[in-house]
Amino acid sequence: MLSQQLFNALVLGSVYALFALGFTLTFGVLKVINLLYGFYVAVGAFAALVGVQSLGLGLWAAGLFGVVVAGVVAVVCDTLLLTPLRRARAPELSSLIVTLGGVLLMNSLMHILFGAEVRRFPSGLLSQEAVHLGPLLVAPIQLVIVATVFVLVALLFVFMEKTRLGTAIRAIAERPDTAALMGVNVGLVVSFVSFLSAALSAAAGILIGLNFNAVQPYMGESMMLRGFAVIIVGGLGDIRGALVAGLGLGFLEVMTAGYVSSNLKEAVAFSALILGLWLRPAGLFGKASGKRA
Amino acid sequence: MKLSYHLGLMSIAFQVLARFLRCSMRVCPIPLFLWKEAIVFFAVDANLSASSVPPEDIMHRRVLLAAAIALPAAAAISGLAWAADPVKVGAIECLTGPAAKYGTMIKAGFDLAAEEINAKGGVLKGRSIELIYEDSAAQKEQAINAAKKLIGRDHVVAILGPTLSNEMFAAGPVANERAIPIIGTSNTAKGITEIGEYVFRTSLPESDVLPVTLKKTQAKYGIKKVALLYSNDDAFTKSGFDVFKENLEKLGIEIATIETFSVKDTDFSAQLTKIKSLNVDALVVSALAEAGGGLVLQARQLGIPKTVPIIGGNGFNSPKIAEIAGDAADGVVIGSPWFIAKEGAQNKGFVEAFRKKYNQEPDQFAAQAYDTMYILAAAFDRAGEADSKKLRDALTKSENNGLLGPFRFGADRSPATAEGVVVTTIKGGKFTLLQ
Repeated sequence: MLSQQLFNALVLGSVYALFALGFTLTFGVLKVINLLYGFYVAVGAFAALVGVQSLGLGLWAAGLFGVVVAGVVAVVCDTLLLTPLRRARAPELSSLIVTLGGVLLMNSLMHILFGAEVRRFPSGLLSQEAVHLGPLLVAPIQLVIVATVFVLVALLFVFMEKTRLGTAIRAIAERPDTAALMGVNVGLVVSFVSFLSAALSAAAGILIGLNFNAVQPYMGESMMLRGFAVIIVGGLGDIRGALVAGLGLGFLEVMTAGYVSSNLKEAVAFSALILGLWLRPAGLFGKASGKRA
Repeated sequence: MKLSYHLGLMSIAFQVLARFLRCSMRVCPIPLFLWKEAIVFFAVDANLSASSVPPEDIMHRRVLLAAAIALPAAAAISGLAWAADPVKVGAIECLTGPAAKYGTMIKAGFDLAAEEINAKGGVLKGRSIELIYEDSAAQKEQAINAAKKLIGRDHVVAILGPTLSNEMFAAGPVANERAIPIIGTSNTAKGITEIGEYVFRTSLPESDVLPVTLKKTQAKYGIKKVALLYSNDDAFTKSGFDVFKENLEKLGIEIATIETFSVKDTDFSAQLTKIKSLNVDALVVSALAEAGGGLVLQARQLGIPKTVPIIGGNGFNSPKIAEIAGDAADGVVIGSPWFIAKEGAQNKGFVEAFRKKYNQEPDQFAAQAYDTMYILAAAFDRAGEADSKKLRDALTKSENNGLLGPFRFGADRSPATAEGVVVTTIKGGKFTLLQ
C-alpha cells in the first residue's frame, strides 16, 4: 500500500508542479498575478478534445494543438488586457482586478460554447487498463504524466539558462527597463512568456483531462487554489521551487488522505501555505528578494 | 362620400377582427392580399370602378373574400367553443446555469406530456394547458422572483418546480402564502413539503430510495463490510451520506472506513488505495455524477475488482457515470424511481416519443416531470374548474399509475410509497435491472 500511495503522490504532485511552473513563470517575469492562468487549463483541454473529436488528430498531435491554441489565446488576452496596464505603469492591484474580470468573462464564454457538462476524451485513445509494475498498479497515462513533467522541467531549465531568449527573459525579470536599453525587445519577449506559461498550463489541463476523464470549463478553478499554495511556498517566480513544492504538496495530500483522514486533505494546502510563509517567506530556495526566474 | 364611408367601416371591422384573431387566438396576421381584395370589393360595391372590372370577376372576388373572412372566423369561433382560455400553469426550472441539464430535461418531460394531454382534448372539458416557463438559473433569488411574476402577472393556477431543493425552500413559501399549489418534481431534500399545505413533491426523497437499494444489494451480494465515501462540501451528497450511514447500521453492515472528498476533486487515488487494503465487500458512495464517474474509474484502475459492487445514491443515476468511467462502470449499483429499460408499454411509448421529439434519451427527471404533468391534469379534472384551492384539495387525492409505478401523495404531500423503486446495475455501459 505504501508504494502505491507514493506513486499516487508522485502523479498528483507532478500535475501540481506542471501547473505551477507556468504560473510562477508569468509572475516572475511579468510581475503580474494572472488569474486567467487557470482558464488556460480548460482552453488546452478543450482544444485538444476538439482536435481529437472534430479534426481527427491523434493523441500527440491533439496535445500539441491544444497547447498552441492555449498559447495563442493567452497572447491575445495578455495583449488586450495587460499590455495597456503595463504601458500605463498601473499598480499591481489593477492587473489583478482586470484578470479577475477576464477570467469570469472567459469562463462564461467557455460555458456557453461547450456547456457545463463534464466531457472525456474518447476511450481507446490511450489504454485505461492499469498494468502491474512490481507492487504497483499503473495506468499508462500516469507514466505519461510523470515523464512529461520531468522532460518539460528539464527543457525549461536548459532553455532559461542556455539560450539567448532564456537570458532575455531572465533579464526582463530582473529589470525590464534596463533590458530594453540593452536592446531586448521587451514586448516580444513578454508575449513569448505569455505563450510559454499558457502552454504549460494547457499541458497540465490535457494531462488532467486524460487521467481523470474530466474535461469541463471550470477545471482550472480548483487547480488555482493549489497553484497559489505551490508558487507561494516554492517562492514566486522560482521554477525549482515550484517543482519541489508541487511534488511536496501532492505527497502531503496523498499521505494525509491515506494515513490520517481524507477530511484533512483540503486543509493541507492551506497549512502548507501558512507554514511556508511563516518559516520561509521568500520561498523554499528564496534569498531576500528579486533575483528569481 | 359613399366610398369613404365604406372604406372607413371596412377598416374598422378588419382591425377589430385582426386584433381579436391575433391576440386571443394566435392566428397569423391577416395577409396583405386580403386587404387589397377588401378594398377592391368595396370599391366595386360603390360602383366607382364598375366599368373597369368585369361582372364575373366581381363575383369571383366577392366569393374569394367571403371565404377568406369566413374561414378564419369559423376557426376562431369553433376554437372558442372548445379551447376557451387555456389553463395557465407556471414552471420554474433551471434552464441556464450549472443545473441546466436537469431543468431542460424536466422541461422536455412537461412539454411532451402537455402536448399529449392537449392533443387528447386538454383538461376541464376541452381547455388546453398552457405552460409558462421562468428560468431560475439555480439561484434562490431568481426563483422567488419567478414565482412572484408567475402568480402576480401571469395569474397561473399552479406552479411546477423549482428544480433544486434550495430554490424550493425560497420559492415555495411565496406560492404557499398566496395559496397557489407548487409541485416540485425533482426536490429530494428533507423538509420540502413542511413549507406549507400548498407545497407538494412528486419526487421520492433519497431517504426512501437508498434503503431499498442497500437491502436489495445486500441480499444479492451478501455484503458484510463496506467502505463509505462522500463529498463533504455539498448539502445533497452529505444528506445522502447520512441516509446511507443510518441504513447500513440498521442492516447490520460494518462500515470499515468513511472517506471524504470535495465535489470538485478529480483525484481519489489516496482514499481508494487505502480502501483497497481493507478488503471490503462493496463501496457505498454519495457523490454527484461527475466526481462519481472519476471515482469509479480510479477504483477499478487501482485494482478494486468488478465483483466488488459500487453502490451509488441518486447522484449516480445518470448516463454520465458510464460515459466517464467507460468499461469500469460495470458493477455500479443504483436505486431509482425510474430507469429507461423499465418494462411496460407505457414506458416504451414514453421513451419512443421522447426520442422522436428531442432526439435524445430521456432521464429520470424527464420521466418524473412527465408523470407529474399527468397527475396535475387529472387533478384539474377532479377539481372541476381552474381554481387553486379546489386544485390543491384535488391534488391530495391523486392516484396515478405512470412511468414511476403506483403513485399517491401521503398526508405530508410527498409520495406515499417507494414501491416504484427499481434497483439497477450497469452492465456493458447500460443500466439493467439487478436480479
